[in-house]
Amino acid sequence: MTAAATTPRLAARLRGVGVDLGGRSVLADVDLDVPHGQRLGIVGVNGAGKSTLLRVLAGVLHHSSGTAELAGPDGTLDDLHDVRPRERARRVAYVPQEEVVAAELLVGEMVALGRVPRTRPWARGGRDEREVVLAALDAVGLADRVDSPCDQLSGGERRRAVLARGLAQQCPVVLLDEPTNHLDVAWQLRLLEVLAGRAETLVATIHDLDLALRYFDVLAVVGWSDDGDGAGDPTGRRGAATVVAVGPPAEVLAAGHVARHFGVGSVQVPHPHLDQPHLLIHPRRDHA
Amino acid sequence: MSHGEKPRRTSVRRRLAFWPLLLLLLLATAASLVASLAFGSERIPVGEVVGAVTDRFAGREPGRWDVIVWELRMPRALLAVVVGAGLAVAGVGMQTLVRNPLADPFLLGISSGASVGATAVITTGFLGALGIYAVSTGALLGAIGSALLVWLVATAQGGLTPLRLVLSGVVLSSGLSAIASFLVFLSGDPRAANSVMFWMLGSVGGATWEKLWIPALLVALLGAGMLALHRWMDAMAAGPDTASALGVNVTAMRTTLFVGLAVLVGVLVAVSGGIGFVGLIVPHAARLVVGARHRVVLPVAALGGGLFLLWVDVVARLAVRPQEIPLGVVTGVVGAPLFLLLMGRGRYRFGGQQ
Repeated sequence: MTAAATTPRLAARLRGVGVDLGGRSVLADVDLDVPHGQRLGIVGVNGAGKSTLLRVLAGVLHHSSGTAELAGPDGTLDDLHDVRPRERARRVAYVPQEEVVAAELLVGEMVALGRVPRTRPWARGGRDEREVVLAALDAVGLADRVDSPCDQLSGGERRRAVLARGLAQQCPVVLLDEPTNHLDVAWQLRLLEVLAGRAETLVATIHDLDLALRYFDVLAVVGWSDDGDGAGDPTGRRGAATVVAVGPPAEVLAAGHVARHFGVGSVQVPHPHLDQPHLLIHPRRDHA
Repeated sequence: MSHGEKPRRTSVRRRLAFWPLLLLLLLATAASLVASLAFGSERIPVGEVVGAVTDRFAGREPGRWDVIVWELRMPRALLAVVVGAGLAVAGVGMQTLVRNPLADPFLLGISSGASVGATAVITTGFLGALGIYAVSTGALLGAIGSALLVWLVATAQGGLTPLRLVLSGVVLSSGLSAIASFLVFLSGDPRAANSVMFWMLGSVGGATWEKLWIPALLVALLGAGMLALHRWMDAMAAGPDTASALGVNVTAMRTTLFVGLAVLVGVLVAVSGGIGFVGLIVPHAARLVVGARHRVVLPVAALGGGLFLLWVDVVARLAVRPQEIPLGVVTGVVGAPLFLLLMGRGRYRFGGQQ
């Protein structure tokens, strides 16, 4: 256990990863450690490449340079390229941001897709499958909709149902792209708790910096290192982005960093009654 | 939970139970197979037909209808079932491969390619040495050639993605149709134009026992293959990222589906011409009645397609006796209103599209 103390166990690791999409370099030189058993939040402005980074971690998108590694059940890191898709899908559950749900499927059938990595492709779903599906739907508060057609769900319910599919995959690592999109405030808070409680390691992109401040153990900022003194416009589209900061949320979301990477002013204040910090955001002074 | 949810509409869409429906379709197909033998230029009483069929099974002396029933009508009826089932299964596969509700088995330019091959044979006498198999062989070569062309174009542009397949398929279809028309125009023989048109609209009239087994085997093989991968097909239908996240090797799956569909559809077109509509509407109809999971859609579509085309062929033989109408005409005339009716029954969507 002494070795574990010096080198903390990782769930995944990126080293010098670059991604080209359609001939354009989107991400370059990304170094990122995903610590085992923690919640890692990925933040950054629109178009910085948060989703792309998540897709690389999920093994859905192949990176063009560098190495991406994924931990196996015993904690050793394997190169993602060497992990067979089926095995990968037993280690990592990934839920994309905007997913078009097949309308003629029932909610339960859609969630049962999460069992694909653990069943033979010709298998009929048995009773165990039904139980896993119901448990996953129960966690997102949709157990009573298991036999409804997917197209009768509202936007937020559909989002929760898709997340339930990720839960049904029962993987140690869960990757979520904007899990709180379309959800009402109560569910935003509850869902993050539910998901964090069910996955050993959770990695999620999130655009709500206030939520990011409170719900994650570690935050990674995707952006451009030449954001400099904050005078430039960080929301403009430029060359390849990279991970520019990793650390505890309170440090990563310090006022100077937020101004540089998000182009807004901010201040962290404690909640008057609860023991938790909040991030107040306002227009940057020098823009006024 | 106290975060006020809206009262829920619990209108669960009605679906038919899978196993009873499958059994019903099986029985209906078997009964229709025998019943359809009674219809044709020579009307045979149903009792006599049943007698002729059972005579062979019982090993009795062949009766007076034996040759008509067993050598002419039975292979034809069976071919109609095989082709109908094959087109429906291919339609399901194609709609999943390109994730597009308008996809039909002929999307990859296969029917246009086949018609170029068949037209070349009919108008120029090319492959004449093959006798009665010349047109089928020409069609098969054309079908495989056009599928290869779509493959090459799509791969050269970066991979077999749904959109590229649809676009290159549609564009190549138009191009190949133009070539086929040009061949007809060049030949200047009105009879050639006539037989090309008749061929393109499809017929199972040329069925023999020898012609039956290759398509039957392929339909069974491909149908069983897709059924064996039904969970992966479901995942593919959910989109490439989701399928990949669920551990499906999307590229390998697309390649396999593409090759399998190209061979299946190529052979179907070679034996029966380009029978439209079946491969488009039967999969949708199957989804409407049993839902979208491939485990249930594939068998229901296969049996439904077979049964449908069997009766289409009967109508084609009877409607303007003694002439036969091409099957594509009947499938269009019968299929379009039937499908609109089904679609109006409930709000039908495919892949999130209304």
